[in-house]
Amino acid sequence: MSQIPLTHIIILSTLLFFIGTYGFLTRRNLIAMLMSLELMLNSVNINFIAFNKYLYPENLDGLIFIIFIIAIAAAEAAVAIAIIINLYRNVRSIDAEETDHLKN
Amino acid sequence: MNLPFNLLLIPLLPLLTFVVLGIFGRKYLSSISGIIGTTSMFISAVISIQTAIQYFASSPEMHLQQIAWKMVWLPFSEDISIDIGFLLDPISVMMLVVVTLISFMVHLYSLGYMKGENRFATYYSFLSLFTFSMLGLVVSINIFQIYMFWELVGVSSFLLIGYYFEKPSAVAASKKAFIVTRFADLGFLIGILILSFQAHTLDFQTLIQRLTQNGSPFLHDAITTSFMGVSALTWGLLLVFIGGAGKSAMFPLHIWLPDAMEGPTPVSALIHAATMVVAGVYLVARLFPIFIMSCPVALEVVMWTGVTSALFAAVIACTQTDIKRVLAYSTMSQIGYMMFALGVSGSGGESGLGYTASMFHLFTHAFFKALLFLGAGAVIHMIHSNEIKDMGGLRKSMPVTHITFLIACLAIAGIFPFAGFFSKEEILTAALHANKVVYGLALVTAGITAFYMFRLYFSIFWSKEASQGDHHHSEGTLTMKIPLILLAIGAATTGFIPFGEYVTNNGKPFHSSLDLAGAIGPVLVALTGIAIAMLFYKKQNDRPEKVATALSGLYVAAYRKFYIDEIYLFITRNIIFNILGKSAAWFDRTIIDGTMNGIASVIAWNSNFIKNIQSGKIQDYALYFFVGVFGLTLLAIYLVN
Amino acid sequence: MNLSLLVLVPTLTAFILLFFKELKKIRMIACIGSAIQLLLTFILLFQFSGLRASGDTSAMLFYSSYAWFPELGIAYTTGIDGISIAMILMVAFVVLAGVLVSWKMEKLSREFFFLLMLLSAGAYGFFISLDLFTLFFFLEIAVIPKFLLIGIWGSGKKEYSAMKLALMLMGGSAFVFLGLIGLYLNSSDANGMHTFDMMAIAHHAVPLNIQFIFFPFAFIGFGIFGALFPFHTWVPDGHSSAPTAASMFLAGISMKLGGYGCLRVATYLMPEAAHHYAPIIILLSAIAILYGAFATMMQTDLKYINAYSSVSHCGFVLLGIGMLNQTGITGAVMQMISHGLMTALFFAVIGMIYERTHTRIASQLGGLLKVMPFISTIFVITGLCSLGLPGFSGFVAEMTVFMGSWQHAESYYRLATIASCASIVVTAVYILNATGKALMGPITNENYHQLSDATWNEKLAAGLLLSGIVVIGFAPFLLNDLLSPGVNNLMTNIGRNLLLH
Repeated sequence: MSQIPLTHIIILSTLLFFIGTYGFLTRRNLIAMLMSLELMLNSVNINFIAFNKYLYPENLDGLIFIIFIIAIAAAEAAVAIAIIINLYRNVRSIDAEETDHLKN
Repeated sequence: MNLPFNLLLIPLLPLLTFVVLGIFGRKYLSSISGIIGTTSMFISAVISIQTAIQYFASSPEMHLQQIAWKMVWLPFSEDISIDIGFLLDPISVMMLVVVTLISFMVHLYSLGYMKGENRFATYYSFLSLFTFSMLGLVVSINIFQIYMFWELVGVSSFLLIGYYFEKPSAVAASKKAFIVTRFADLGFLIGILILSFQAHTLDFQTLIQRLTQNGSPFLHDAITTSFMGVSALTWGLLLVFIGGAGKSAMFPLHIWLPDAMEGPTPVSALIHAATMVVAGVYLVARLFPIFIMSCPVALEVVMWTGVTSALFAAVIACTQTDIKRVLAYSTMSQIGYMMFALGVSGSGGESGLGYTASMFHLFTHAFFKALLFLGAGAVIHMIHSNEIKDMGGLRKSMPVTHITFLIACLAIAGIFPFAGFFSKEEILTAALHANKVVYGLALVTAGITAFYMFRLYFSIFWSKEASQGDHHHSEGTLTMKIPLILLAIGAATTGFIPFGEYVTNNGKPFHSSLDLAGAIGPVLVALTGIAIAMLFYKKQNDRPEKVATALSGLYVAAYRKFYIDEIYLFITRNIIFNILGKSAAWFDRTIIDGTMNGIASVIAWNSNFIKNIQSGKIQDYALYFFVGVFGLTLLAIYLVN
Repeated sequence: MNLSLLVLVPTLTAFILLFFKELKKIRMIACIGSAIQLLLTFILLFQFSGLRASGDTSAMLFYSSYAWFPELGIAYTTGIDGISIAMILMVAFVVLAGVLVSWKMEKLSREFFFLLMLLSAGAYGFFISLDLFTLFFFLEIAVIPKFLLIGIWGSGKKEYSAMKLALMLMGGSAFVFLGLIGLYLNSSDANGMHTFDMMAIAHHAVPLNIQFIFFPFAFIGFGIFGALFPFHTWVPDGHSSAPTAASMFLAGISMKLGGYGCLRVATYLMPEAAHHYAPIIILLSAIAILYGAFATMMQTDLKYINAYSSVSHCGFVLLGIGMLNQTGITGAVMQMISHGLMTALFFAVIGMIYERTHTRIASQLGGLLKVMPFISTIFVITGLCSLGLPGFSGFVAEMTVFMGSWQHAESYYRLATIASCASIVVTAVYILNATGKALMGPITNENYHQLSDATWNEKLAAGLLLSGIVVIGFAPFLLNDLLSPGVNNLMTNIGRNLLLH
């Protein structure tokens, strides 16, 4: 069985990453932005797996990293959603445009 | 003569009086301040006269310059320093006598005249300050010392003119006097700087020696260095003369003198008639050796300024109606006489007659002019007006004033045997030998002088019917009459002092004989002037008006003082204030301050711009972050390759 | 005597003040503290003259040096010569007078006097420092309190003025710092290390190209403090918004920091550059003198009048320095001292008038001579001093500057001198105008009849400053004797360096 070349997988992950980036920058809904963030993280995960599989098949470093990333992403999502809920309680909106409390 | 302490008392007593009265007078000594001032002036005057007698008796063959006392006051460099000292030479001794004597008279007179004034003690302290400064001026051994006291007399004059500080006109007059003389002093200061640079000294004796000796390298330098085609020496002397002209109210720096009459009348007698205003003459006399030996051009300027002022002021005096202003113009005219007498003088012996005559006239003038002012003061004191039209027929109600005033008028008109006759005669003789044009102008002036003085005399004491005792006030206290009488004696007799024996420009006495034949002309001219005045003003008639209308152009011009004041006003108001002052203030607020504010606002704008990048929106920050990472990645790739 | 006492006493006073609340105690402590300062300076003066009289000719007396940051060549080096001691005396006079006129400072009095004391500590420290870093340190200490003094206790557009003054002075400090760093990086002491020690820098002449680069920084930097044209615009606004005591400190002390720095740091350490840039310095100072005088003429607010005239008078300081000769520099120092005392007195008097009439516009006043003779007399005297009347310090200083500047025969210098001389006439005009409008004439405002004359503390303050002015005016030889060894020493260094290159 012929392998899918590494390039293809990297292209996929790059696409995924920039779709995530685009979403993060353009979506005004904080939840949607969080989802975009997950997309970016997952594209990184794909990269890790791919490089691990193609370059160092005998090692498991990449896989362990992924587990870390997934764990952190989960924690991050939990914190972020907590922040978002609190924000919603305070300002009745989860629109990124309206939540410029960092400055005003 | 070897008692400098005794000498130093002459100026120090008034200084002490000033300090004591200035600090404690108002509260504690108000009632006796006049007595204190007068007593200290009396002692000063006695010591001065004693000094004069000793000085002139000590060596009748040759009157030397002696420095009785000296200290270094402010050293600038090794050879240039301001020294304060006490110089005795013929003119300074003479001036000591004049200043202390007249000052004493004025102090005494003021006891009555200023009685009941609110600021009586202040008045006396200012008078003492003035006397101190004037005495310091006349005994100066150093050209900078003279400048210092010059400024001090200026400020005492300012304070005394502005004595009635609630009167706006007095305030304006005092300002004007100070500023005009200050302007002239600017010339004086620069003149001093030039002379000191050329001669490397400020000391009078050394200065004169270095700038008069033939072959002196300093003199050579001073003559060869030139600026705008005029030698440094001439520049220096002319600028110093500007200072003198300002103080002595010479044309065209005279405008402050008539206004200065806003001060109390005794002050006018002391400062603006007898002493301070002759300081300019004294200054030229002090530097006379340099003028005559090294720089006759400058002396010529002195001469023409003097004669112009003499005639100019005499013409204006004929038209003024305020008696003090008439006297002020007459002062200016007489000082013009003294100035041109110096201008026509030669050096040494008989040819130095002009110098002697000038000093002689200064001396006699002090008496009769102070007398005129004090007499006028007595009249004003009684009438409460300065205007001629409010006066007339006072000869019965004010007998002492009448007689003494008449003596003074005769003296100033130059009628034998009064003091003015002798001094004026000497001046005219000197002028005749030097310059015929000047002689002619001086003769005309003499006639006009006689006319306007007797115009004054007849208007005050005759004109209307003599009335007796219809005024509420009497002629004044005894303290006012005594100075009048004493000064009248002086005005009548000082002419007989053989001045040539004492005051000459090289210290060697000479005997000046009166040229009787030459004296006839001037006396006739003066008598004509008196006769015309009598015709016009002895009884009220319409002749003066007729003449005035006939000469309407000239009359109005003279009445308006030939518009000199207006010209000055135009220059100061429009050029100095509006153009220079306003533009400087505008430039500062708009351009310079604007630039600074501009810089500040540019920085503020920049900071605002940078501040706005921090929008507080996460997505903006994320964008910057991504762009930054992207940029850095590109950079890293570029660098790796 | 240990010079550090001069810094210590005001600092201690300042911190003791913090423990008290009532105005009465606070002002008493401040007054005692400043009186001790004055006493100390007099003791110092006598010890100094004693040492000089006993033949001690070393350049700096009471020299002491403690390592501060030895690795960087920074030391706390102090020492004084005649110039610094004269400045210190002047500061002590102004400080005591400033405390006395602030007798009724109700608002935040503790903080007010605290800042005054801090400012004076900075000023003393500045004048005794012989180490550039220490000098800079004290210069900065003297800046910050001014900002607060104007911003909190000021009047008018005080925020603007405080900001303007602080920013411009900070800008000046930045320039100064650049200049000092430049000097430091090109210096070497006996061990070949970089040093901030002024004497060492002066001893090993600074290379020419370095001087040309860094002289402008140092001179402009200090010049901003000393109202160098065209960096003088903080002067009018700052002075007029400041409370009385702060105006006195500003004009009497702060502006002198600049003049002293121009002389002691810029000119002394970089004489060739000073010589090279002298025409520019002279041009700017002549402009400042004449232009400041003309600008003053159009002012109506008494404080603005005095502030602008300060610009004009401080021009004489820089003019004297720019002439680079013994007489000129002596005159410059004299002018600093004279102007310090005189302007402080002027501001004090204006403050007294303002406190009573609540206006400083000359034309709204009038006839004050009648209702408050003491204050008005002091005003007139100060005015006369300002216009250079003999018998007061202003005359002595100005004439010395003129004499010094006339020693240069080039027409450029001559012209500048004549222009500066002309200012004496303009000064007379504006001083007499102000006097005439504010003090003389009839009383325009009926309420003025009830005004009271000076209180004892105001009289004391005025008398104190006036005594300084009059002593210098009557016996300038005393001041001259005090200054001349110091100036001589400066001149030898300047001359030696000029010969060296």
